[in-house]
Amino acid sequence: MGEITLRDAVTRGLTEALDTDERVFLMGEDIGSYQGPYAVTKGLLEKYGHERIKDTPISEGVVVGAAVGAAMAGLRPIVEIMTINFLLLAMDMVVNHAAKLRYMSNGQIQVPMVIRTVTGGGAQLGATHSQSLEGWFASVPGLKVAAPSDPYDALGLLRTAIADEDPVIFAEHARLYQVRGDVPDDYYAIPFGQAKVKRAGDDVTLVAYSRGVHTALEAAAILEKKGVDAEVIDLRTLRPLDTATVLASVEKTNRVIVVDEAWRSGGFGAEVASMIQENAFDSLDGPVGRVAGLEVPAPYNGTLEASALPDASQIVSTIEDIFGI
Amino acid sequence: MDLGNSQAVQLYEKMLLIRRFEEQSGRLYMQGKINGFLHLYIGEEAIAVGAISSLRDDDYIITHYRDHGHALARGVHPNLIMAELMGKVTGTSGGKGGSMHIFDVSKGFMGGHAIVGGQMPLAAGLALAIKYRGEDRAVLCVFGDGAVNEGSFHETMNLASLWKLPIIFLLENNLYGMGTHIERTRAGGKDIYLNADAYKIPAAQIDGMDVVAVRDSFTEALERIRAGEGPVFLEAMTYRFVGHSLQDPQSYRESAEVDQWRIRDPIDTFREASFVDGLLDDGQITRIGERVDAAISEAIAFAEQSDEPGPEALFENVEG
Repeated sequence: MGEITLRDAVTRGLTEALDTDERVFLMGEDIGSYQGPYAVTKGLLEKYGHERIKDTPISEGVVVGAAVGAAMAGLRPIVEIMTINFLLLAMDMVVNHAAKLRYMSNGQIQVPMVIRTVTGGGAQLGATHSQSLEGWFASVPGLKVAAPSDPYDALGLLRTAIADEDPVIFAEHARLYQVRGDVPDDYYAIPFGQAKVKRAGDDVTLVAYSRGVHTALEAAAILEKKGVDAEVIDLRTLRPLDTATVLASVEKTNRVIVVDEAWRSGGFGAEVASMIQENAFDSLDGPVGRVAGLEVPAPYNGTLEASALPDASQIVSTIEDIFGI
Repeated sequence: MDLGNSQAVQLYEKMLLIRRFEEQSGRLYMQGKINGFLHLYIGEEAIAVGAISSLRDDDYIITHYRDHGHALARGVHPNLIMAELMGKVTGTSGGKGGSMHIFDVSKGFMGGHAIVGGQMPLAAGLALAIKYRGEDRAVLCVFGDGAVNEGSFHETMNLASLWKLPIIFLLENNLYGMGTHIERTRAGGKDIYLNADAYKIPAAQIDGMDVVAVRDSFTEALERIRAGEGPVFLEAMTYRFVGHSLQDPQSYRESAEVDQWRIRDPIDTFREASFVDGLLDDGQITRIGERVDAAISEAIAFAEQSDEPGPEALFENVEG
C-alpha cells in the first residue's frame, strides 16, 4: 500500500498492461518523445520502444480509427486523445464505428480499445479546451464511459477498461492528476457499473463523478458543520450506470442533489435526475436538485470561469433552497 | 488476354453472379422484400472481381456501402448476403446490418461501411495490426470518388504512407458522389490518383471496366505491399449503370451518357474477348449462366424461407 497521485495510478495501469499483454500498444499525440502532454506516458517510449508507444500525427480521426481497425484485428490499443475537446474530431470513429461494429456484424467483430482522454475545465484554457463532454458518449449504446475521481479508482477502473471487450472512453479530469490516495500493491480491479459511497450520511444524497465528487465532499464538510449529514456517491462509470446504489441512497435520505460539471441542458446530470424521479418518486421529499455548469462557453478569465463551474457553496445553497435545511 | 481457360471461367462467373444478384435484388426491392437503402454495383463488377481474385485468403477487405459485389467476389455465400438484405436471421449479420453493412470475418471481409470514407481509418488499423505482428498480409481498402474530399481520406493516406502500412487503396471512381459529378466537387476533377503523390504513395489510373487489367495491376501492387514497401493507390475508372440507390431518380445525368458507358459493359466485353481468344465457348457460357441463375434462385429461396430475427435478438451484441 502506498500513496500515489492519480497520474501515477494511470501510468501504473498502462505499464502493467504493456508488461502482461503484447497485444496492448499505446498511440497518441506526443505520448512518446514528448513524454505525454500530461506526463502520464513519461518514460514509456524508452522502456517499450516505438512499435508499442506510437507518436502519431495530429490527426485524431485516423488515430482513433486506426485503433478501431487494430482492435478489429485482435489487438488491444490504448489511445490517448490529448483532451476530450479534440475527441470531437474523431466523433465519427467513436460513435459510428467503434460503438456499432459489434452490433452491425452481429458479434463477428469486437472492438476492445480504450480511449484515454482529459476532460474538465477550471484551468483557464478557454472555451475550446475546457469542456466536460463525457456525458455525450455515455448516451451511446456500445460504448462504456469511466470517469475516476481518485487514484484507487483510476487504477481499478483502467484495469477493467483494458480488459473489456468493448470500446471504453476513459475520462481523466485535468485537475485531478495531482490528487493523492492509497493504492494497494496487490492486484484489484473495479467492475464497471458499481458506484461507490464516498461518505455515508442520512440527510441528503449528493450524486457526482470525477471532479464533482471532490466538490460534493467539500459541500458535505460544510453541511456537517450545519448539522446536515450528507451521503456522497461517486458514480465512477456513467455507462453502465449503477442505478441501484443511487436509488438505495435516495430511498434512505429522501433528498438528492445531482452534481455535474457539464452544462445543465441535456447534461449527464439530467439523465441521473430523470432516472431518480422515475424510480424513486415516492421516496422524494422534494424535487431532484441539480448543480451543473452554467450555460456558457468556458470564459478565459479565471473569476468568470470559476463562477460558471459547480462549487461547494452552490451545492449547499441548493439544498437550503429546495429542502429548507 | 494472358489468361488460362479456368481463370476466364472464374472471372466471368463471378462477374455474372454479381450482375444477376444485383438485378434480382433490385427486383426484390421493388416488391418490398428488401427495404432501407439498396446500392447496386451494376457496371462496376470488373473491379471487385479483378481485385479480389488477386488477393490471398488471409488478406483483409474493407469497403463502402455498395458492398454486395465485393462480398460476392470474396466468396461470401450469396444465400447469406441475400438473407441479410431481407433482414433475416440467417443473414451475415442476422438481419441487423442490412445491405450497407455486410460482414463475414471468417473470410476477412471486414464490412460494408456506410459513412463515406469511414472505412479508411479502419483499414489503417487493420494494416497496423498486420505490421505489428510482422505478417505479410495486405488490406484491400475500397472507397468511391465521393470519399476523397473527406478528412478521413487524407488523414489515412498520410498515416499509411508515413508508417508504410500494407494497404492497397482502391478508388472506384464512378464519377458521381450520389448525384453530383466529380468535376463539381473536386478541385482537379476526376484524376484523383494524382493526389496520392502528395502523400508519396505510388499510384496509377486503371480501366475499371477491364477485369484483367484490374487483376494485373493488383498483382503488381501486392508484390510491393507484401515486400513491406508501403501502400499503393489504384484509381479504377468506372460507371454505375443504375442509380445511386433504388431511390435515385437520376435527374442529374443524360441517358446518352449512361448508354455510352453501357457499350463498355465489363461483362459483355470480357465474354466477347474470351470467346474470340478461345477462352470461353458457347457451351461454357451457357453453363455458367445456368449455374449463376441457379445460385441466385437458391439464394432468394433461402432468404425468403428464413425466419425473421426474434425479439431476443434486439439486445444481442450491443456489448460483449
